[in-house]
Amino acid sequence: MGKLKKIASDGLIFSNPTLRLVLGTCPTLALTTAASNGIGMGLAVTFVLICSNVLISLLKNVIPNTVRIPAFILIIATFVTVVKLVMDKFLPDLYSSLGVYLPLIVVNCIILGRAESFAFKNPVFDSALDGLFMGLGFTGAMTLMGAVREILSNGSIFDISIWNANSFSIGFFGSSAGAFLTYGLFIAIFNYVVNKIQKKLAKKEAK
Amino acid sequence: MGTLLLIALTATFINNFVVVQFLGICPFLGVSKDTKSAFGMGVAVTFIMTLTCLITYPIYTSILVPLGLEYLEIIVFIFVIASLVQMIESVLKKFSPTLYNSMGIYLPLITTNCAVLGVAELVIDVGTAEALGLASMGLLNSVAYGFFGGIGFLISIVIMSGLREKLKNAPFNKHLKGFPIAMITATFIAMAFYVFSMISL
Repeated sequence: MGKLKKIASDGLIFSNPTLRLVLGTCPTLALTTAASNGIGMGLAVTFVLICSNVLISLLKNVIPNTVRIPAFILIIATFVTVVKLVMDKFLPDLYSSLGVYLPLIVVNCIILGRAESFAFKNPVFDSALDGLFMGLGFTGAMTLMGAVREILSNGSIFDISIWNANSFSIGFFGSSAGAFLTYGLFIAIFNYVVNKIQKKLAKKEAK
Repeated sequence: MGTLLLIALTATFINNFVVVQFLGICPFLGVSKDTKSAFGMGVAVTFIMTLTCLITYPIYTSILVPLGLEYLEIIVFIFVIASLVQMIESVLKKFSPTLYNSMGIYLPLITTNCAVLGVAELVIDVGTAEALGLASMGLLNSVAYGFFGGIGFLISIVIMSGLREKLKNAPFNKHLKGFPIAMITATFIAMAFYVFSMISL
């Protein structure tokens, strides 16, 4: 139980790939113009992350240490191809809005990072959980940023209009400059909150 | 000639790889602490992006498409890029150890640089050709797109490193130090590049 809790809290909060480790920044900046894009991309990455973590963990005794990186990339590229074909067939709208960033999941540092630092050293079940929670941490951060940017620039959330965008909207947050600003402020705020939590936890432990 | 000029403007400024298309953000943030290594990284990326287009475009159009194997593109591209990077690494190690040392860990990471795989995907994408008013890219235009995309990367990473050098000793709130302030710096570069999108060609 303690292990599960640790993997979950690491993935979602303390080592959140987007906001703490600042990995996989390209899709985060590009696809957070709308909350729905954030969820779509997040789930695609989560799927690839779980599958590649499981497979790499299973093969960790077979893959020679020297060629592990090419082997990881091959495994990841295979799963990304699967996601791409499935999404092209069943979710064509999402497929076209993710565009070039879908094949770019292959070079997403989160996935390669977890393969290298977790899946290659840990048992299968733990690796699957790590993939799940890291993926959810990524999805959560992307959706939240997408929601904030969508509300500010478009007056809507998940394409549901909240107020009339003609009367009030800040187009800046929909632009590329707005993406950098939102991301920067998100990291700063998240760091602040996590530092507070860590201090509290340390105090509790001291007692 | 007109097409090449159009590609140069589009790939370098209007659709700048880093601040407009968000490709290659990891090295943009990671290797931009001093101008010298930023420049080295930019040159290496430009070189690899050009070579990547030169190799992946013919592979896609004359091998994968005729055989109906388009779905293998991701796997094929990433392997071409990985071997290219390996090659550059060996060459640099031999001929320019200083440059090799200054890039350190980031050289192998060019493999996982989105800008490189991104440019390979972009030049075979119909949308890119259409935006330039072409039916298909063709080899020369693809290579030009890769080269000028790399130049765009070089320009933005050098600007970024210059700004970060100036900001190094500025007193910030401790929560803003590191990545947040780098992102906010990038905001201003993106705003500057936004002006280019007003150009109508």
